[in-house]
Amino acid sequence: MADPMRIRAQAAGDKTTVRVLMAHEMEGGQRKDAAGKIVPAWYIQEVTATHNGKTVLTAEWGPAVSKNPFLQFVVKGAKAGDKIAVNWKDNKGDTRSDEATVS
Amino acid sequence: MRMTKTLSLIALLGLTGSAVWAQKSAVQSIEEYRLMLQDGNPADLFEAKGEALWKQKRGPKNASLEQCDLGKGPGVFKGAFVELPRFFADTNRVQDMESRLLTCMETLQGLNAAEIAKTPFGRGEQNNVTALATWLAAESKDKKFNLSQSHPQEKVFYEVGKRLFFQRAGAHDFSCASCHGQDNTRIRLQDLPNLTKNPGDGIGFAAWPAYRVSNGQMWGMQQRLNDCYRQQRFPYPGFGSDATIALGVYLGVNSKGSASIAPAIKR
Repeated sequence: MADPMRIRAQAAGDKTTVRVLMAHEMEGGQRKDAAGKIVPAWYIQEVTATHNGKTVLTAEWGPAVSKNPFLQFVVKGAKAGDKIAVNWKDNKGDTRSDEATVS
Repeated sequence: MRMTKTLSLIALLGLTGSAVWAQKSAVQSIEEYRLMLQDGNPADLFEAKGEALWKQKRGPKNASLEQCDLGKGPGVFKGAFVELPRFFADTNRVQDMESRLLTCMETLQGLNAAEIAKTPFGRGEQNNVTALATWLAAESKDKKFNLSQSHPQEKVFYEVGKRLFFQRAGAHDFSCASCHGQDNTRIRLQDLPNLTKNPGDGIGFAAWPAYRVSNGQMWGMQQRLNDCYRQQRFPYPGFGSDATIALGVYLGVNSKGSASIAPAIKR
């Protein structure tokens, strides 16, 4: 089970800024370990964000994204009290979903 | 003809002048980069993990760490970080945050402290110690360092730490003071704080634990000090060793009155 994400969603006017921190190794698959063997790739491939259940963002990520990635985006029309959920799926099929309330 | 030449010369001078002014210094650029990183400090993730670990029942005794005495009484953790390292009567030792956590993990949870101390940084239980230290440091964020120097052992550790700081040895004939003994120096793009005096808020001792962006690792003060020794090509002093704790006392006492910004973010 992956560690939880940290999601902050702050409304200002009709726009809400969402900041997401994801806990993930994001191993690119190019590095070798101490024994000289390639460390297998392990990274987030799909990211989706929903606002009150409606998808507002989808992204396809690759091995070039950093470890413990930070994602920030703006949702138009989201108000305080709305729910913002973020979901990721990695190349091993592991997923994680977390939700935050807009403040 | 002469007139225009002079004019164009002035114009040219004006142009180069403004170009020089507009250029940012290396330090300013790094500051900007740090500011951009600040908003999404992955240390938050370790903080959350540490808080959960504090409350979670673990180990052979199936107990949480909530009764851990960090110097302000059992279970009191707010403000404890900025008063460590200090002398503890129950262990009869001067201990810093991380070595004290090991004591609690052993006495309360029944985990093997010696085994954890031997575990290399970044593996197994060491990750949990770092996460716990990160959360506990965050609970004292913006508080000012105020280390006790009332117990004789605390004074001894300060003096030992000071000597170690200036002790030159190893293949490079280095001491801590070789890098951290002068004002306004840097290695490549890294500012080097002068740790022989109070370096100010959030610098040096007041900036750890910190998340290192370049390798994606969360480091506590123990790992930072041990890494200083690695860079000096000294033998590995070890996790929670008297040497690294003494250095912590020296740096911590020097930082008296400076605010802790931990968990910080580093390049």
